[in-house]
This record gives sequence, C-alpha cells and structure tokens, in this order.
Amino acid sequence: MRYRICSLLLLLLATPLGLVAAESPADPLNSVMWHEMHQRLLDGAPVVFDERVQVSAPAVAEDSLNLPLWIDATALGEVKRLLVFAELNPIPKVLDMQPIKAAPRIGLRIKVQQATPVRAAALTADGVWHLGGVLVDAAGGGCTAPSIGSGSSDWADRLGEVTARLWSREHHSRLRASIVHPMDTGLVAGIPAFYLEQLEIRESGGDLISRLSLFEPIAENPVLTLDLPKLKQLTMDGRDNNGNPVAAQISLESQTGGSRQ
Amino acid sequence: MRSLVFIAVMLLAGLCQAVERDYKLKPQQVADNTYVLIGHDEHFSFANGGNIVNTGFIVTEAGVVVIDSGPSRLYGEQLIAAIAQVTDKPVVKLFITHMHPDHFLGNQAFEGLPIAALEKTQDGIRLMGETFNDNLYRLVGSWMKGTRVVAPNLQVEPGLEEIGGHRLQLIAMQGHTGADLAILDQTSGVLFAGDLVFYGRTPTTPHANLDNWQSALQQLQKLDFKVLVPGHGVPVTSEVAISQTSSYLSWLQQYLKKQADSGAAMAELLQPDAPQNLRELAVFKDEYTRSLSHLYPALEAEALADGTVEQQP
Ligand SMILES: [Zn+2]
Repeated sequence: MRYRICSLLLLLLATPLGLVAAESPADPLNSVMWHEMHQRLLDGAPVVFDERVQVSAPAVAEDSLNLPLWIDATALGEVKRLLVFAELNPIPKVLDMQPIKAAPRIGLRIKVQQATPVRAAALTADGVWHLGGVLVDAAGGGCTAPSIGSGSSDWADRLGEVTARLWSREHHSRLRASIVHPMDTGLVAGIPAFYLEQLEIRESGGDLISRLSLFEPIAENPVLTLDLPKLKQLTMDGRDNNGNPVAAQISLESQTGGSRQ
Repeated sequence: MRSLVFIAVMLLAGLCQAVERDYKLKPQQVADNTYVLIGHDEHFSFANGGNIVNTGFIVTEAGVVVIDSGPSRLYGEQLIAAIAQVTDKPVVKLFITHMHPDHFLGNQAFEGLPIAALEKTQDGIRLMGETFNDNLYRLVGSWMKGTRVVAPNLQVEPGLEEIGGHRLQLIAMQGHTGADLAILDQTSGVLFAGDLVFYGRTPTTPHANLDNWQSALQQLQKLDFKVLVPGHGVPVTSEVAISQTSSYLSWLQQYLKKQADSGAAMAELLQPDAPQNLRELAVFKDEYTRSLSHLYPALEAEALADGTVEQQP
C-alpha cells in the first residue's frame, strides 16, 4: 500500500519533471511508456541504450507467473546499481541491485501482466545509466493472480526458508538460492502486498558482498542466481515488507561436515 | 515491431472474418479402410486455425470410428464432411487420445455419439477445458467461433474392443500427459499413438513426465504394427518416429539436468547446445523454450537441495 502511494506521487511528479530534465533518447523497443519510466525510475538522469547490457528472456512467456530473466552488465566493467523493470506491469520495478563485490549480473524469474518490454539499467560511476532490454509477449494475468503457495498450508511454517547451493567456478563462486515466500503483489482483492524487500550477502560474519532490493513482481518463491568473488561460505540476510527475517549461512559442500536443514 | 505485426495480423483476421474458414482436410489412406488427416508442423496460428494435429478414422462394417476431433468445432464439422467424402457409413464412436485442446475441441460436432477417453483424460478436460478453449481463441482467433468444451461421455476400459470387424487394442499409458491412450488396430496393423509419438516436429511437454514417457515409448516399440500414426507429423512404417521422440526427450532430460547440476540460471539456457538432427525438428526453438519452463524448476530444486545451508535463528 505504502509503495502504491509512493508510485502514485512519483507519477504525479513525473510530468513536470519531464519538462526540465534531459530529453530521453529514442527507445529501440519503441515503448509508449519509455519516457515515463525514464523519469519515474531513473529520475530523468542521462541514459544510453547500450548493447553491453544484456537482457535474456524467452520471446513468449510460457508461464506469466514465472518469466525467467538473465541480466548481464559485466561488459560495462564496474556497475554501481543494476535496476530491472517490466515497463507495462502495474508495478514495473522488479529489482534494484548494488553489485558491490558481486558481478553485475543476475538470474531471476518475474511475473508479467501482459506483453511488455523488460529492461535492465546499469549505472556506471560517471552517473550514466546504460540500458538493455527485450520485448516479451505474454498471455497475461501474472500480477493479478494469487500466489499458489498462499492456498496451501505449509508455506507459513517455511516462510523465509532458504535452499541454496554454492558452486566454485574458475574465476568466481556461483550462488543459487531459493527462498520460500508468496511474493503477493497486493493487486489481488483481499490479499495485501507481501514480498521480500531486502537481501544482503556477506562473507561469513564480515564484509558486504552485495545488496538487493526486491519488489512485488518477482515470482513466488524467488530463485536468484548470482556470481560472487571466490568464497567458501557466506551469509544471506534480509526481510520482507512485514519484517519477517531471512537468515541463512551457505557453504561450499567440501567446507562443512554437511549439516543441512 | 512484434506488436505491429500483431496488429497487422489482427486487422487481416478481421477482414477475413466474413470468409468461410476452410481447413481443407484431406483424408489420406494409410491402410485398408483407414485414413489420416495430417496437420501442419507448426504452432497454433491465425493462418493454420489450430490445425497442427493429426486425426484419423477407421471405416468398419458397423460404422466409422474416429480418433481425435481436432482443435475447434469447425474442424470437427469439416472432419465429418471429409469422412462423408470417403464413406456413406455414419460415425459410431469417437476416441480422444488425451486432454490437449488440439485433440478434443472438435467434440461438439460429435455430440450425442459415444465419445470415449481414459478416466484421467475426462477429468483433465473437465478441469482445464475452458482454459484451453480461451487460450486457443487467443492464438487462432475466429477459427474457434462457437467452440465450447464437450467432455468425453464414456470411459475407456483398456483391452480389446471389436467394432465392425476391427479388433482394437486400447492401451492406457502416460508420460506425454497423465493419461495417454494408444490404439492398435490389430486387424489393419495401424497404431494410433497419439502425442506419445511426434515425428519431424519437436515434442511438447506442458503436462509431461519424461520418465513415464520413455517407458511408454519402450512399450510402443514392442507392439506389432505396420503403420504408426503419430499425434503430430507424417505416419511411418517403422520405429523411426518412436526412436526420434525418445532421443529428443532423453537429450532434453540430460541436458537440463546437467545444467541444473552445474548451477545454470534458467534464462542462461535459451540457446541450447543440441545435436543438429534435433535442432532440425520443426519448431525446435519454441518448443525447447517452452519445455525449459515446464521442466527446469523441478530439476533445479533437486540440484539446490544438494547445497549446504544452515538457517540462522
Ligand atoms: Zn498433446
């Protein structure tokens, strides 16, 4: 609810701001919403459409509740923020990532309400947003369908539970983590918005590796894929918009005696 | 660009609305008294009206036995008209091989006749039929005009059934869906395999269990048939269609499992490393991408379950 009021305010502000901010460059995806998104999500800051920001997604969403995305901005070098949005969703913003020590790339699945551009915007140190994106066709209904888990009984006990695995790769560690959460958008009558909001990944008991802000359109029971510096153990901490915590320690298999829950 | 094409297609579809839609169904004889109507090796589209499927019929002394009714009321009606070009005998029974919409949405044209299917197929159609119907309207447009779901009214008992001199072996299987009916006409040697077998076209997996599907294919391979009619693709006289279906499914299973075990994200796999002979199957890219959505989440959950995690208090 709070989010919806905020976005409404932003929407009202967007038009006058648009008159003073830099002109948005022509959109290669020809989206009618691009100029508004530029103002609303990127504050009208300087942008370039840049092929070094890759968004991979199927051309057609087979399941509008679970559209897989692979976002990769590593070709840009250092990236300060990585923003993902689905332009024609009732709630466009999907993810706001500060890569910090992680590679600026991420895999995730999202809900889409209809055919929409899906974009990633990567902010470099010079204050320029680099944009990549694709058009995805969808039968629709992904945002206004209730989550599947909220109908079943056991998700409440497992809320925030993390299933994850670390892989050691040549130059990095790959983390894949799945978190039990209904990720309700608040767009279904009678079901308030209930979603994971914040995740932080740290070296065990230490330095921050990456910080993620998540939003309602991320698919139920989010599955995230990240590439981190080489490490053997990490912690993942976070919370949802109702303050329920997520807290897990994830290790390379070889590292521990295999205490697994 | 896509949306422009879409609008153009919609306009065109609108202009053609007045024109009588014609699937141009042509029965092709595959054995004595046995005919097949072969669909396009494509996806559902405004151009093909959903005719991407094979249907068939057997002219027996007691009347005509039909296998699958096609994607729409119109198809069902035109199927009956096509049968009338071949024989004066009336249709006496319709078998539905499984719950997918391109195989049963023509049922309306056969209303009042015995329409037989496996129990789980009947349940599936009752549960999902309307959703399938809506989806097909979206995909093929006005070809679907007036189509509504008619669920099969008769449960198939697996075993032998003799109709007008043809001994039909009704075989209950699963794998493509939770209930797949194969029909071997022991009199003619024609095996109607339904969607357990595809030929020249990439198999679809929205309700598939690949292990069960492979066992079903092994069972089919042992049957004594002269002609095999796949659910999609041209009829064949050898095991080639069975082995092609099997090799695609085993590649798919192994490839996705290997990727899940090595930590690949789903959307990293949109350009799969597949053998050339499988890439050449019709609509490979589209069906592979759909299958990725259907099958990867379970494989990935298995792979993640092998990770080492401690939930912190
Ligand atoms: Zn099928």
